[in-house]
Amino acid sequence: MNLTPEEQKKRKQRNWALAGILLAFIVLVYVVTIVKLGGNVANRPM
Amino acid sequence: MTAVTASPNAEGARASLAGPSDYLALLKPRVMSLVVFTALAAMIVAPGGLHPVLAMSALLCIAVGAGAAGALNQWFDADIDAIMTRTRTRPVPAGKIGSQEALEFGGTLALFSVFAMAFLVGYVPAVLLAATIAFYVFVYTMWLKRSTVQNIVIGGAAGALPPVIGWAAVTGNAFDGLPWLLFLIIFLWTPPHFWALALAGHDDYARAKVPMLPVVKGSRVTRNHILAYTFPLAAAAVAPTLLNLTGPVYGAVAAVGSVAFIALAFVLWRAPAEQERTAALRVFAFSIFYLFAVFTALAVEKLIGFAPLT
Repeated sequence: MNLTPEEQKKRKQRNWALAGILLAFIVLVYVVTIVKLGGNVANRPM
Repeated sequence: MTAVTASPNAEGARASLAGPSDYLALLKPRVMSLVVFTALAAMIVAPGGLHPVLAMSALLCIAVGAGAAGALNQWFDADIDAIMTRTRTRPVPAGKIGSQEALEFGGTLALFSVFAMAFLVGYVPAVLLAATIAFYVFVYTMWLKRSTVQNIVIGGAAGALPPVIGWAAVTGNAFDGLPWLLFLIIFLWTPPHFWALALAGHDDYARAKVPMLPVVKGSRVTRNHILAYTFPLAAAAVAPTLLNLTGPVYGAVAAVGSVAFIALAFVLWRAPAEQERTAALRVFAFSIFYLFAVFTALAVEKLIGFAPLT
């Protein structure tokens, strides 16, 4: 399918938006994991 | 293989012309902001504490869940939205986003928000969020909106639940008194808020055959109902202070705001026909300010230490 320049521009915008949202979600899950673990990993009995 | 050049008139091509702002519009960001704000106020006033990152996650899930419900509403109501002046520029009736795409987008976000809430914050707020989305989509949008004049009265329950979700995100408990009083405030606020808008946009709803109160029962009955609802709303708004669940700051704002709401509803009730639209729009605009003021007072009072210990 040949996209018009306008459609290519919109597709690019959608891709960047999706990439940003995915990246933000990955960061969120990472930070929530750290918050929930708290000091439990550092202070675990050895 | 034959290359197909996309035509602006084809369904797929129309979908591909949608930008991020069109998808944002599908989430009804203005409704979302009110939902997030009432949930945030309830989270601030809830006893105990929640780590700021978890609180932000809960608000994000509530925002996405509300947006998903809005997208599913726009998918189902595309035929109505295309008729009404106020809604005909929404992404689906405007042809920027395909109907199927709106359904998939809304459905995906709804599932995502509920599961994210369950795993990041807790199961109680996740169940409440799922119930809110389901009620808004299946009960309000698909059933009540087109079938009964009480559509926004009963459907208002969906918009009233976010403070309970916010409270449950902090406490893990959904059965305390204050969040349900906050639910009652929004539940009783919704009919005069929407009926004032419906009075101003009466012709729109009539063309779309949506059985809103002004369309079915007429202007006089609608004005009576708007005024009548402001009294139990005022009682519900001051109840938290009378029950010592909130303090004097909230109580004063709720009392003054409620008196002003009643006064504006009275002005609308008495307004001659030619001034009805102006008076209705004034009630509509004030109703938004009222809800923001009441929930701001609730949160600020807690932050400055004037709230009773809960």
